[in-house]
Amino acid sequence: MTAIASRREFLASSGLVIGLALPMGRAAAAAAPVEGAPFAPNAFVRIAADNTVTVVIKHVEFGQGPATGLTTIVADELDADWGQMRIAFAPANDPLYKNLMFGTMGTGGSTAIANSWMQMRNAGAAARAMLVEAAAKRWKVPAAEVKVSKGVVSHGRNKASFGELAADAALLPVPQKPALKTPDQFTLIGTDVPKIDSVAKSNGTAVFTMDVSRPNMVNAAILHPPAFGGTVKSVDKQAALAVPGVVAVEAIPSGVVVYAKDTFAAMRGRAALKVEWDLSKAETRSSDDLIKVYKAAAATPGKQAEAKGDATGALAGAAKTIEATYVFPFLAHAPMEPMDAVIELGQGADKGKADVWMGSQFQVGDMRAVAKALGIPFEGMTLHEQYAGGSFGRRATPDQDFATEAGFAAKAHPQAPIKFVWTRENDIRGGRYRPLVVHQLKGGIDVNGDIIGWDQVVAAQSFFANTPMAAMGIKDGIDDAIVEGAAKSSYAWPNYRIGCHVMENGVPTLWWRSVGNTHTAYAVETFMDELLALGGKDAVKGRIALMKEDRAKGVLNRVAELADWGRKPAEGRAFGVAMHKSFGSYVAQVAEVSKGADGLPKVHKVWVAVDCGIAVNPNVIRAQMEGGIGYGLGHALYAELVLGEGGRIAQGNFDTYRSLRIGEMPEVEVAIIKSNENPTGVGEPGLPPLAPAVANAWRALTGKAVRRLPFSHGENA
Amino acid sequence: MAIEFLLNGTTTSFDGDPETPLLWVLRDHLKLTGTKYGCGIAQCGACTVHLDGKNRRSCVTPVGTIAGRKVTTIEGVAGKTAEAVKTAWVSIDVPQCGFCQSGQVMSAISLLSAKPKPSDDDIDHGMAGNLCRCATYVRIRQAIHDAAKTLEKTA
Repeated sequence: MTAIASRREFLASSGLVIGLALPMGRAAAAAAPVEGAPFAPNAFVRIAADNTVTVVIKHVEFGQGPATGLTTIVADELDADWGQMRIAFAPANDPLYKNLMFGTMGTGGSTAIANSWMQMRNAGAAARAMLVEAAAKRWKVPAAEVKVSKGVVSHGRNKASFGELAADAALLPVPQKPALKTPDQFTLIGTDVPKIDSVAKSNGTAVFTMDVSRPNMVNAAILHPPAFGGTVKSVDKQAALAVPGVVAVEAIPSGVVVYAKDTFAAMRGRAALKVEWDLSKAETRSSDDLIKVYKAAAATPGKQAEAKGDATGALAGAAKTIEATYVFPFLAHAPMEPMDAVIELGQGADKGKADVWMGSQFQVGDMRAVAKALGIPFEGMTLHEQYAGGSFGRRATPDQDFATEAGFAAKAHPQAPIKFVWTRENDIRGGRYRPLVVHQLKGGIDVNGDIIGWDQVVAAQSFFANTPMAAMGIKDGIDDAIVEGAAKSSYAWPNYRIGCHVMENGVPTLWWRSVGNTHTAYAVETFMDELLALGGKDAVKGRIALMKEDRAKGVLNRVAELADWGRKPAEGRAFGVAMHKSFGSYVAQVAEVSKGADGLPKVHKVWVAVDCGIAVNPNVIRAQMEGGIGYGLGHALYAELVLGEGGRIAQGNFDTYRSLRIGEMPEVEVAIIKSNENPTGVGEPGLPPLAPAVANAWRALTGKAVRRLPFSHGENA
Repeated sequence: MAIEFLLNGTTTSFDGDPETPLLWVLRDHLKLTGTKYGCGIAQCGACTVHLDGKNRRSCVTPVGTIAGRKVTTIEGVAGKTAEAVKTAWVSIDVPQCGFCQSGQVMSAISLLSAKPKPSDDDIDHGMAGNLCRCATYVRIRQAIHDAAKTLEKTA
């Protein structure tokens, strides 16, 4: 269903649409029902005469759970029955649906619940207050005496469903500051409400962008240059056009697009393309070349991102020191559903308009990018947001690379709707990687074994460089996304310095599930482990002694209790621990590891303690911890993208970009810390502690500190 | 010449290039989109269907090779085992993004059809061909065990 309800639609369906009553602006006033005026399209809650309650979801749903979470928050304040809840994805409209932490529509930084928490509560509470008022008027009783429970409004013997009251309630003014529940009054929040999309995602009926079909649609596939920064010099279209089913071949700024009657023909046409590329400006260095440059940079102090005391002096006077160089590879996000979009240009009277079906993560930014590529105004764009088959960060880019490309692909073949789908090879070789990173660390302990000095230098590209977000992302030569997790860490080292080098090369990079924490957590938590061991300290107690925040200590204590830390491991096994705070959430993990048949760590079990404030849906939180662990482990053990000779990516599909399989997934046990703090995210924070916990167990087991990821990299053999 | 096969119990024909993988015949021509594309080289299992009752990666199966044979997709799979698997999937909320889950469900049904009481090792082997980038593996394992228990009770 459409998320925007016009006044006419509202009258036709006798539905109640409740606007948001927000601290953020004019929305509430605009949403008040005014007779004869178009109904304000700024609704999060829609109650229909058939008694369904639809929550408009302003975030992309790619498995992290906002469709369920946001709906739970509304349903709780509304005292709805879970069975009557439905969802609809929001249109691309910043004034109504912006992420309150971003200022534009977008999903990232594990903010979906965090930024929407009060907004959704107010939306639900306002709806409830209006239903109560409508019932009170109908029954001529005081509103204060009207009760609402599980979707039923009642007073004594009087009972009514939301649907029965919707038409009356719609005529009432929207309360600006509806009374909210206190946490002890929550009935759905904090419970394992069934996920709203599980049925459709278990029987094949959930619709993703790739499943969308339009009349007369053609399928489009693209061939990109073989190295980053390459461009099309010339195309010989004949071989591709000779493939049965291929209808057109067009060069666009980022590659060559083949249009065909079905996907198979498009892919065959793509394979038959003869393109001469201009690689004069391409990045032709190999990963090895780049690593040498990065290592040289990391050996120098770089810009100072954060410091306290005198790290250099402390290290010079230390009883013992360790130095280490860490190397992290480029990584692809590789969501199961490759990047895709369906675009249909308006014809005739609708010229200058376009409909886009997409699992967009930056809804407004993407529509602006498509509009710009098409040369039409943003106002002509209609986004039909779809479920997205994973993202891990890939579907949000500061420069809207994919949306722009899809827009150009549609513009080059305007006569038919196009379904533009990347092949897996496009995805693996398409860039926007987790950057290559080198960390240089030096740490020292005193005669008591206490850590007295910490010096860490991080060298990585900034994915904000050369994008519209550059000024925001890079300040004084420092990008917080490079050092986050090392800077603002959980530890109160008495003397420390965190340095930053913003590196440049031609490989496009991007945030990847947990962003800078993907590598800073590994470097900090494995190096801490080594220093604590060097000083004869216990890995849990030693960390806690240096921790600044109670919530950090809390998760570490809880996971130690859960895993029975300190017990002797079974023969051939070892335990490792790590704790990391990211996106406002605290996660500690203990991994139980042995040596697998392939010579790599075999992870048997991971115990997790997570503090993410109020647990809106514990089941979703556990799922995200499991998912973060699986995603983190697969990449830590097996995954790297290697730029080979001439800058060509050696990997191309899941045969060479190895992903975790079911037999490699550990058992996971999760404890959620009880909290009354406002909720923070869980989509990313489960990932950072996993790899260091495994590495720490591996070092305990084998004596070997792994400082180059993945574990399967030849240097670790 | 058109290629005829039995799709979800109905005789279906495809008049086109016999080299066309079954995946694209299903998705593009027959609009059965529950079966997904994830890799195109039989590495991820998102395209898993049943051919004569057994798992088949439809992305590497030319439609010309299945003439006269029986194809079952997520849209048509039925019976006690299928119901037990789908019910188990929903009851513990296995899916996250959901894109791979049609393939997971199809493989799980095959596994349980062959081994009604699978061990963890059986699950590791039976489900090894199905990737889940969201790593819902803990729940996939649990759901298969749950479905096995349901089937045992109703046997």
